[in-house]
Amino acid sequence: MTITATEYKLCELMICAGADAFTGNGEVLATGIGVIPRLAASLAMKTSNPNLMMTDSEAWMLSEPNAISGRKLGDGQHKESWMGFSRIFDNVWSGKRHAMVGPSQIDQFGQTNISALGGTYGQPKVQMLGVRGFPGNSISHKNSFCVPAHSKRVFVGGECDVVCSIGYNEERLPKGYSFEDIVLGLVITDLCVMDWQGPNHQLRILSLHPGISIQNVIDNTGFKLSISDSVSTTKAPTKEQMSIIKSLDPKGLRYKQLLNNPAGDRR
Amino acid sequence: MDKIVSAKDAIAQISDGMTVGIGGWGPRRKPMALIREIIRSDLKDLTIVAYGGADVGMLCAAGKVKKVIFAFVSLDFIPLEPYFRLARQNAEIDIMEIDEGMLLLGLRAAAWKIPFIPTSVGLGTDVIKNASDLAIINSPYDEKEWVAMPALKLDVSLVHVDKADKRGVCQIKGPDLYMDDWFARAAEMTIASCEETVHSDYFSGADEARFVHWERSETSAVVPISGGAHPSSCAPFYGFDVEHFKEYNASAKEGGFDAYSGSYIDGKDESEYQEAVGGLDAIISLPLPVY
Repeated sequence: MTITATEYKLCELMICAGADAFTGNGEVLATGIGVIPRLAASLAMKTSNPNLMMTDSEAWMLSEPNAISGRKLGDGQHKESWMGFSRIFDNVWSGKRHAMVGPSQIDQFGQTNISALGGTYGQPKVQMLGVRGFPGNSISHKNSFCVPAHSKRVFVGGECDVVCSIGYNEERLPKGYSFEDIVLGLVITDLCVMDWQGPNHQLRILSLHPGISIQNVIDNTGFKLSISDSVSTTKAPTKEQMSIIKSLDPKGLRYKQLLNNPAGDRR
Repeated sequence: MDKIVSAKDAIAQISDGMTVGIGGWGPRRKPMALIREIIRSDLKDLTIVAYGGADVGMLCAAGKVKKVIFAFVSLDFIPLEPYFRLARQNAEIDIMEIDEGMLLLGLRAAAWKIPFIPTSVGLGTDVIKNASDLAIINSPYDEKEWVAMPALKLDVSLVHVDKADKRGVCQIKGPDLYMDDWFARAAEMTIASCEETVHSDYFSGADEARFVHWERSETSAVVPISGGAHPSSCAPFYGFDVEHFKEYNASAKEGGFDAYSGSYIDGKDESEYQEAVGGLDAIISLPLPVY
C-alpha cells in the first residue's frame, strides 16, 4: 500500500508528475535538462521504469542515477559505458531517447523556442542559446516539457519567435511525414499536467495541482486548450517517492527552482 | 619532422576571410591561448564554426568575425554568452544557425570529402527557413524529403589537447574528446595547442595510444602551452575558472571588452596573461566540475 506524503513542496509534486512521463517508455535514454526534469527522470528510473538509461550529464552512461547534489569530485558512480557528446547523437538518431526540457516558449502546435526572442534572424531583440539539439531531438525521439512558471510569456499565441523543434503544425509538416512521426509527451508546469492528445493534438489539461482551477490555467495560456473529460487533481508524492527524491538531492537544489519554493498543496 | 611552433607563428598561417573551426564544447577544452593570439593579431573577417563558448564571444567582441556557424554559444553555468549576445543583438555578425548534430554531419561530410549528408534534422523548424544555404532534397530511395547538410569545409581548425609529440601525434585523455577529431579531419590545417610535449616513445607505453583520436597527418602545427585552455577546462587536469568567467561576464555590462582585453590580452603575451589570472599553478589547480 502506498502512503501519501502529507507535506510536500510544489517542486516535489512536479518531479513526481514528471517521472510519470517516462513510465512505459522501455529501454530508452532518459535525459532531463535542469534540476526538476533530471530528478523526474532519475526518480522514474528508480521506481516505475528501471529499464531507463541515464548519463552523468558529462561523458558516461550510468546503471544507477547520480545524486544531483552533495556529490564530491572523485565520488564513485555506476558507470556502464562511455557516452561522449558525439555518441549522444548516435543515440538521438536511433530514436531510443526521451528528453524532458524547459523551453522559453511553447506554442499551440507544441513547437518550442530556446534560440532568440523578438526582432529578426539577423538582429534578434534578445539572443538566447541558439537552437542547440532541439531540431534533431524533436524529429528523432519523444520529448516532454517542464515549465516552472506557467504564463502567456511561455505558452505564446501564434507561433514561437524562433521555431526550434518540430510540432503538430500542418503548415510545416515535411513531405512524407504525418503527425504520427512526432511524439510529444507530458507538459509539467507549476499549475498542472497536460499532454498533446486533445483533438488534432491540441494541448490538453490532464490534472490540476491542488488549489489550482481550470480558469487559472486558461488565464495563463496564450492559446486555446482542450480539457480532459476527467480532469483530476495531480497525485501527491508517496512517502517512498519523497525519500528517493531526498536521496537524489540531499542538499535540496530542488527547493531553489521555483519562485518562493511554494507548498505542493495550495488550497 | 618537427611541427612545434610558437602560438604567434601558428596563427600567422591564418589569413583574413578564412573559415576557422574551434574544438571543445562551451566552457570545456577550448584552445583559448590560440584565440587570444588571434585577438592580438590583425586578422579579420573570419567565419567561425564551433560548439561555442567564450572563444566565440571574445572573437566577436574583438571584431574578428564576419560569420558564425553555430548551434549554441554558452558558458553553461552562465547560460548566455555575454559578448556573442551583444554581437547578435547589435546585428554585427552574419550567422548560420543549425542543430548540434547537423554541425557534426557538416564536419563529417567535409572530412569524407562528400558535398552533403542527408538528414531529417532541421525539418519542420526555422533552421531550414532561416539558413538559406540549406537545400531540401528528395531521396532516390523513399518518398520523404531530406535536409542536405552541406560539408563545412574548414581552412583551419584550432584544438587544445593534453599531450603531443613534435610529429603531431595528439592525445586527449579527458572523458570526452567532443568533436575535436572531426574538426581536425574537416580542416586543411589543424593547429593543436597542448598541455605538454612528449617524446614519441610515450605513446608506446601501456594503453596511451588508445587516447590518440586522429592520425598525425591531420595535425599541421603543435603549440606547447600549459594552461592554454584557461579559462575553459581541460579535464582531467583542471576545471573551468568560475570566478574568471564571472568577471568576464560582468565586463560586458560594465567596462566592455576593451577593458577586459586591456587587463588580460592586449599587449600581453601568454605568460603575462597567466600571471594576470593568478599564475600557471593556480590554473592547473582549478577544481573539476561535478555534474
